[in-house]
Amino acid sequence: MIDWSVIVDSIPAFLKGLQTTMLLLVLSCGAGFLMSVPLAVARVSPNPWLSKPVWLFTYVLRGTPLLVQMFMVYYGLAQFEAVRESFVWPFLRDAWFCAWLVFTLNTTAYTTEIFAGALRATPSGELEAARACGLSEAAIYRRILLPSALRRALPQYGNEVVMLMHATAIASTVTLVEITRVARDIYYNHLSPIESFGVVAVIYFVLTFGMAGLFKLAERRFLRHLRPVASGVA
Amino acid sequence: MTSATAMPIPHEGPTMKNSQNSAGVLTAVDIRKSFGPVEVLKGLSINAKAGDVISMIGASGSGKSTFLRCLNLLERPNAGRIEIAGEELLLKADKKGELQAVDQAQLRRLRARVAMVFQQFNLWGHMTALQNVIEAPMIVLGLSRKDAVARAEHYLERVGVAHRKEAYPAFLSGGEQQRVAIARALAMEPDVMLFDEPTSALDPELVGEVLRVMRSLAEEGRTMIVVTHEMGFARDVSNHVVFLHQGLIEEEGAPSRVLSAPSSPRLKAFLSNTSRLN
Repeated sequence: MIDWSVIVDSIPAFLKGLQTTMLLLVLSCGAGFLMSVPLAVARVSPNPWLSKPVWLFTYVLRGTPLLVQMFMVYYGLAQFEAVRESFVWPFLRDAWFCAWLVFTLNTTAYTTEIFAGALRATPSGELEAARACGLSEAAIYRRILLPSALRRALPQYGNEVVMLMHATAIASTVTLVEITRVARDIYYNHLSPIESFGVVAVIYFVLTFGMAGLFKLAERRFLRHLRPVASGVA
Repeated sequence: MTSATAMPIPHEGPTMKNSQNSAGVLTAVDIRKSFGPVEVLKGLSINAKAGDVISMIGASGSGKSTFLRCLNLLERPNAGRIEIAGEELLLKADKKGELQAVDQAQLRRLRARVAMVFQQFNLWGHMTALQNVIEAPMIVLGLSRKDAVARAEHYLERVGVAHRKEAYPAFLSGGEQQRVAIARALAMEPDVMLFDEPTSALDPELVGEVLRVMRSLAEEGRTMIVVTHEMGFARDVSNHVVFLHQGLIEEEGAPSRVLSAPSSPRLKAFLSNTSRLN
């Protein structure tokens, strides 16, 4: 039997946790997007001094589990006296900052690769046409490459955002009370898994569903230049 | 909707152009190009005067497209000189021995005067037909959006696709896409237009609409260099035909002479092959 009173009583805690989850998601997603656009441009650059460091960054970040990265930053860095005495310590001491930093770096790595792939997939003829018109390289990026690549990346980017949303559960391991942590606390208090983890699963599912819907709308808007599959004009 | 002929034509008419002077609008001298150890262009020259319509013909692999793409530096030649509207494009050799522009600003300025139409149309897929045509006039020539739209609508009308201006390229037929691409080129109001096999990617029934547009542009007195397999176009529309063979100009001259009484045995063979295909 489901104990509904436990669920009803935990609504305020879940709402507060939801706030933390969403704030973590929005802040790391936003920062990750802003960083990954220039990094993706560097990643596809023919200049190895630009592309190789970015390659290394995404390779390392994508090659290690998020949980390990979280522990390395939150617990690991504190081990070094130089870190504890430096000006960044007030930030790194803070679980909130650490979680935001790790999520941002992690999603930046994945998003950079997504955007870089989309940039590489630009039809070379479109670039030649732009050059032949006398557009500068900067204008080609601003007007042709990025608008077309970011559109192309939209479905994959939507996936990345949903994955990041799920990944924010990791923040519960460094004392942040987001929805997974709320669920765990309720479980410890009542030892009732359905009323705690079952509820949080439903919340994640609803969030995922809502976000997927938003990205579908965005795709309809930004990918309307693509021909619908198996339709009309010859 | 106004008909195309009733619209004012900003471009000067043919008589004006021809009487102006006979200076070269685009001159290229001794262009050489190698891909690795293979020399595909072995010293080609071309001189397009105002109002000239030059057809470049030749078997595939003869280097005609590569040559055309060298003229606006989409392909980097290994040697040669290029002069556009009396201004020499300043070139220097890079590490690989390929020529690149000394001054990117000059290259962009000269490219803006040499419009190009591609075999695969190369419209920008995320932009509507109209956006494709206003883009470069706004960004490169600095036109206001209002002026650029007016200009774009004029040229879309001119090539007969104004009714499709809000459509994205993927929703246009090949012939419509190529006509939008021609409008995009025209909207730069260039001194010379380069056509790189503009009908080769089209279904046979769509070739006519593009050729008709090109023919009318030629009749307007526009300077055009056309790489083509359309012998009818070369014969009827151009005033000069260049036959390329293995990176060299094998024969050139007035189409009536070159195409009707070729002296080179290779051109004879080429023409008999193409006519058999047609």
